[in-house]
Amino acid sequence: MLHIKCPHCGLRSQNEFSYGGDAAVKRPELNKEVSDQDWDNFVYLRKSPAGKHLELWQHISGCRQWIKVERDTLTHEIFKTLKASEEA
Amino acid sequence: MSEKFRLNKGGLINRNKKISFKFNGKKYFGYEGDTLASALIANGVHLVGRSFKYHRPRGFFGAGVDEPYAIVQMNRNNEVDPNVRATEQELFEGLEAKSVNCWPNVDFDIGAINNFLGKFFPAGFYYKTFMWPKSFWYKVYEPIIRKAAGFGAASIKHDKEKYEHKYEYCDLLITGSGPSGLASAYAAAKNGAKIILAEDKSRFGGSLLTSEVTIGNQSGQEWAEKIISELKSMSNVVIKNRSQVFGYYDHNMLVMSERISDHLPKSEKYIPKQRLWYIRAKEVIISSGSIERPLVFGNNDTPGVMLSSAAKEYLKIYGVIVGKKPLVFTNNDSGYETAIEFKKNGIDPIVLDTRKDPNSEIIKEAKDLNINIKTSYVVVTAKGYKKVNSADIAKISDDKKNISNIENIKCDCICVSGFWTPTIHLASQSGNKTKFNEEIDAFIPSQSKQKETTLGSANGTFTLEETLKTSFDKGNELSKQITNKENKVSVPTVVEKKSSNHDKFWCVPLPKGKNYKRFLDFQNDVAVSDIQLALREGYRSIEHVKRYTTLGMATDQGRTSNLNGLQLVSDIENKVVPQVGHTTFRPPYSPVTIGAIVGREIGKHSKPTRKSPMHFWHEKNNAVFVDAGVWLRPRYYKQGNENLFEASKREAKNVRQNVGVCDVTTLGKIDIKGPDAAELLNRVYTNAWLKLPVGKARYGVMLREDGIVMDDGTTTRISENHYHMTTTTAQAANVLSHLEYYLQLVWPELNVNVVSSTEQWAGAAIAGPKSRDVLQKLFPDLDVSNEGLPFMGYMEGNLFGVNAKIFRISFSGELAYEVNVESDNGNFMWEKIIEIGNEFNIQPYGTEALSTLRIEMGHVAGSELDGRTIPYDNSLEGLVSKKKDFIGKRSLSKTAYIAPDRQKIVGVVPLDKKTSIPEGSYIVKDAKAKLPNPKLGHVSASCWSVEYDNPFSLAIIKDGKNMIGQKLFALSPLKNKTIPVEIVSSHYVDPKGERVRS
Ligand SMILES: [Zn+2]
Repeated sequence: MLHIKCPHCGLRSQNEFSYGGDAAVKRPELNKEVSDQDWDNFVYLRKSPAGKHLELWQHISGCRQWIKVERDTLTHEIFKTLKASEEA
Repeated sequence: MSEKFRLNKGGLINRNKKISFKFNGKKYFGYEGDTLASALIANGVHLVGRSFKYHRPRGFFGAGVDEPYAIVQMNRNNEVDPNVRATEQELFEGLEAKSVNCWPNVDFDIGAINNFLGKFFPAGFYYKTFMWPKSFWYKVYEPIIRKAAGFGAASIKHDKEKYEHKYEYCDLLITGSGPSGLASAYAAAKNGAKIILAEDKSRFGGSLLTSEVTIGNQSGQEWAEKIISELKSMSNVVIKNRSQVFGYYDHNMLVMSERISDHLPKSEKYIPKQRLWYIRAKEVIISSGSIERPLVFGNNDTPGVMLSSAAKEYLKIYGVIVGKKPLVFTNNDSGYETAIEFKKNGIDPIVLDTRKDPNSEIIKEAKDLNINIKTSYVVVTAKGYKKVNSADIAKISDDKKNISNIENIKCDCICVSGFWTPTIHLASQSGNKTKFNEEIDAFIPSQSKQKETTLGSANGTFTLEETLKTSFDKGNELSKQITNKENKVSVPTVVEKKSSNHDKFWCVPLPKGKNYKRFLDFQNDVAVSDIQLALREGYRSIEHVKRYTTLGMATDQGRTSNLNGLQLVSDIENKVVPQVGHTTFRPPYSPVTIGAIVGREIGKHSKPTRKSPMHFWHEKNNAVFVDAGVWLRPRYYKQGNENLFEASKREAKNVRQNVGVCDVTTLGKIDIKGPDAAELLNRVYTNAWLKLPVGKARYGVMLREDGIVMDDGTTTRISENHYHMTTTTAQAANVLSHLEYYLQLVWPELNVNVVSSTEQWAGAAIAGPKSRDVLQKLFPDLDVSNEGLPFMGYMEGNLFGVNAKIFRISFSGELAYEVNVESDNGNFMWEKIIEIGNEFNIQPYGTEALSTLRIEMGHVAGSELDGRTIPYDNSLEGLVSKKKDFIGKRSLSKTAYIAPDRQKIVGVVPLDKKTSIPEGSYIVKDAKAKLPNPKLGHVSASCWSVEYDNPFSLAIIKDGKNMIGQKLFALSPLKNKTIPVEIVSSHYVDPKGERVRS
């Protein structure tokens, strides 16, 4: 079980969090033209790196904030955690 | 019965307390402090079971967690405990155990015929033998195998024992209380670190309890006792015996099972049987010691053949001798220690040493004691069926390839020592990259991935002096970094006898013309010949060889078999062991009771139960409840002998004719506040929200980005910047997370706050043509006329002194209202509604009637919004704005979504107007078409229409809009039904929606 440092609450056990996928995905802006390709990439295509990965987690059983977690998918090492507003 | 194999003195047992127990129905005596194994051996019982595959007789091989054979079935406290190791089970008064793997009994076992039909059970026999014909598997092969094989039988009763979970944090977790564990714990404790010291056995001290050493001016055992009592007195130390750390997980979380009551006749009140500890440790010291390796020779599984360290442990801890004519077969000095113990207790052992000319302090001591030592000697085969009665021994050539001078000597046990294997399971589980150490022919931990350090013999350090020194150092160093305190203790002087090098020889060649079975894996009956066969058949990877032969796959995880198996594969392949590599160690190190893993989360405690404030009223009024997520909701209110069908029909009919009231507390509610609240709703819902006036509600549908409907519900504008959103019961949590996601990550510029208010409000839906009459009487001061409170209107009122929110919304298709009050007032509201509604024939209705009412009017719910449908599929296109953008809109133009024959919701009525259509049925054109019959779609929800008094269903089918009026078939292979049906509009009742506006 991972130990995740919520930037708002501190070090907490994984079972307080829910996983939210790739944090690098940017939603296309509202009311802007988006090609089929770009839209499909946004909706469906995700990188699945074996190694460093910036991902989203939500501290659902805590402060309910979405946070960014930089984690190694092979070793589970967590390098850093960031608030939603912070850039990696 | 007297204990023929118990010495008159010695051991750590309490000779003042005699204990009686039963094994296979026969009564025996032992002493407090015995294990079931030591007590049985004391009574001369060596036959305890049968082997897994060949049903060969099985005795004792080890003295603890390493035991592969002596697995018994326990009866304790009227509960059955299967697969208990007799070597770990402590004796208690009245203990009852019996053998497993024996049918009909341990002395005469029908399965032993497998032993003589051995050629049918070679490596991979499951894969080969029972593959054909296929139909034989269930009927013939499996029942036979199940009866003849397998270990203990689990109870089918509910386990009445209690199990608990505990979460703990510490600076240092130390796994094992041998010399390395004690020394490191002591040094770390002195530095003020918070420590958990876990010992698997009941006694602390590990190898110190059985070795002849001096530490300072004390014996090893005395020193261990002193350290333990000092540690126990320190407030920063938690010491646990009978506690096995069995799993090393991510981020230094380890799991330990503590056996609290297993050694007692019954669990005391409020005391659990076992407790599972989840421990998050800053640092872990693995001091799990090592396990003696067997030597491999003919029939080396015969009862009476056991590890020499186990024989020594039975002697020194339990005062029990495993035989009166012992043969010690060794390739290192450890065997001599056992021989010396025998000799000191008046028993003459013979030592066979595979080495040519060994020399050391220990060997000299043995020689001085006049122990009969034969060097360059091996055991060729053990003789005897249910117990060793002699052994063929032979001289072995210097190159270890040839044996000569075979002779038979009498003996009643063979104590084997093939050197030591460090217990690296936990280190390996932690991700440590282990390396092969040539000097000890075994793997030891090398590169840590997590914060763990392995010490002592688990790390391949076999001298006590070095172990203590490194362990004191490490304990000090690791704790100092955490506590920033140093209170260094001096390392005591150690006196121990020096050993000489071990012999790398481990497997005795077969004499010409003999094909004795030489076992590697004693629990899974894997012999040398099985591995040879697997390699001949082309298996190369050790992981494949393991699975094909089942080597090391038994509950002992190959503790005694792994390395010999690897050696054999390397020998045949002309490789060295590190090239072959070891298989992966996975948790648990030792079997864990399933009850302990589950803990308290069983039965009704497996999930929380949510009840509405009106729950007890429902209970008192004969509600039959149904699980709705974690909520309990009334499904129907039983009157007299009514069944579900009759009751729900009555309730639904009463809504259509008079008025009904339904508890809708479970609906998800989200409070939304902020200047940009309308903008958020406008982006989240598919329809327009910017112009919703204060005091009005609106129905909305929200999508995921892929265009699939996520949820629906109504949202009401309470005031300028304040909205009250409702979600379905099931999606409440997901919708909240969804909103938070967009507010925190995608559109942080929106100034909005969202918070769940589900539990703040109790809700009652009042529905039916007479609902306005009820409402008027509830709120006599309010104008609730169609003009005063129109459809989708909202107002606040005072319900006999209680603040209430009134929404004119409908899920039933009837004129309806929803009244919300603060949860604490929920029951008050409900009772008032019932009391006032009485004159209008109000009746409560449950979820079954609720479904009927919504299905009849074609209102979609969870069974249609099933994560596979878009708004068009549900005929919700009217709610999809063409003008504005919203979450998921871009996906709606996908080719598949706009296909002309896209699926759509329809109504389905059976032609005979009688036969109910099972939910999940397929809709097909031709009932008799060849399989697989192309399906048009499926029936999502079914009810008995109270309006038309015939069955009615909703279905989502291909090209639905062009199917209205067609005669098709509903097919339910599950219920074996074929029902001719007509496709109709999904709006079966009041298609124009006049009633809700009336
Ligand atoms: Zn938090």
